[in-house]
Amino acid sequence: MQMMSLVIPDLAGGFVMALEIFVVTLLGSLPLGVIIALARMSKVKVISAIARVYISFMRGTPLMLQLMALMFGPYYLLGISMGSDWKFGACAIGFILNYAAYFAEIYRSGIQSIPVGHYEAAEVLGYSKVQTFFYIVLPQVIKRILPAMGNEIITLVKDTSLAFVLGIAEMFTEAKALAASFVSMIPYVIAAAIYWIFTLVVEFILNRIEKKLDYYHD
Amino acid sequence: MTNGDASMGNTRTIVSLDNIEKSFGDNVVLKDISLKVAKGEVVSIIGSSGGGKSTLLRCATLLETFERGSLAYGDMIVARKEPDGRAVYLGKDILKQARLKFGLVFQNFNLFPHRTVLQNVMDAPIRVQKRDKGEVEKEAHELLSKFGLGGKENMVPCELSGGQQQRVAIARALCMNPEILYFDEPTSALDPELTQDVLKIIRDLAKEHMTMVIVTHEMTFARDVSDRIVFIDKGVIVEEGSPEQVIDNPQHERTRSFLRKIYD
Repeated sequence: MQMMSLVIPDLAGGFVMALEIFVVTLLGSLPLGVIIALARMSKVKVISAIARVYISFMRGTPLMLQLMALMFGPYYLLGISMGSDWKFGACAIGFILNYAAYFAEIYRSGIQSIPVGHYEAAEVLGYSKVQTFFYIVLPQVIKRILPAMGNEIITLVKDTSLAFVLGIAEMFTEAKALAASFVSMIPYVIAAAIYWIFTLVVEFILNRIEKKLDYYHD
Repeated sequence: MTNGDASMGNTRTIVSLDNIEKSFGDNVVLKDISLKVAKGEVVSIIGSSGGGKSTLLRCATLLETFERGSLAYGDMIVARKEPDGRAVYLGKDILKQARLKFGLVFQNFNLFPHRTVLQNVMDAPIRVQKRDKGEVEKEAHELLSKFGLGGKENMVPCELSGGQQQRVAIARALCMNPEILYFDEPTSALDPELTQDVLKIIRDLAKEHMTMVIVTHEMTFARDVSDRIVFIDKGVIVEEGSPEQVIDNPQHERTRSFLRKIYD
């Protein structure tokens, strides 16, 4: 019991940090993904090639390695000392850059699945390109990509544990420390339960949105 | 009906395409095609698949650009012909204005699936033409009930039959108050029993002297409804004239062989 009274507050603190990483990552990568997706579909070959390489690199190397590169790169490569606050900055930037690459490809699949006839109908009706994107394409894309986005967002819940390599006190870091000091598996079990509950909440929210968009099918 | 008006020259020309030439790569799909449509006229375009009918419609509705020839809506020149025959399109503003002159009904309807029937009809007049919402809503309701869709305003397209969807698409095009309405095989995606509902609406519009150009494979319908029939084959207009001339007494062998295939 005495163990619990120490484990719970520490894991709760770790959970708050994990939640922070989760929210910051989504806030940054959801919009950044749109820009990368549009770049990837650009008719300008150079822009689309850059986006292609970016996506390939971000998906082709471990996120853990990317986080470490951002954390230590400034010092070892450029000799710049970033200070101790850089930890969270490196973590946020790493997650955002990585997740934006995955989101970009999901967005692209959604945008390219909209029938060309919808664009043509909009064009004949006189909609501008911007109006067509926001009023006709985007609402349909959101419905189509929701399941794939759900997958990715749930993965992110658990990926927050990678911040451990930067020494950020998120839930996995805390669980590991507690397990070591109490010589017990219990902190891991509780952490696992909290991760699962976290994903259940995310699933619940995604289901609600999916239901809301269920008024039509194509 | 109004047969002959077009050639009298005393009616206003709504659209004129002159010496249109269009290729996809090395494949020339339209060769020196000229077509004028007068106000109130109903023109049907017939011919085999791949003959250039739909491409012609897509050129007239600015979904495709052609390389040679000219296009004008009334006095508004959209693409002018250079002395060497090359087509030069005018600026974006002109194209935007030109788009308000015509409507297009697609083979696959192309309704916006996430919008209700009423929103599909009302959105463009409000958003694009910036017309008063109350006025547009009144017009949309009138059009929908005229087309037998009263009570379906708040449904989404997937809840309707193909014939009903196509009638919504016609209402959507008409709510923009176009001067001319194009139909690209409007019944080709429909079951035979749903085809008649859509054809009836087009017949009614013809009686109201709506200017229309219809690409169709429905010969009986084309004969009844049209002032003029244009037969296109391999990118050229082979024959055109009244339905009696073209369908009942075709002069060219290609027209005859096409009609024989259709009626077999």
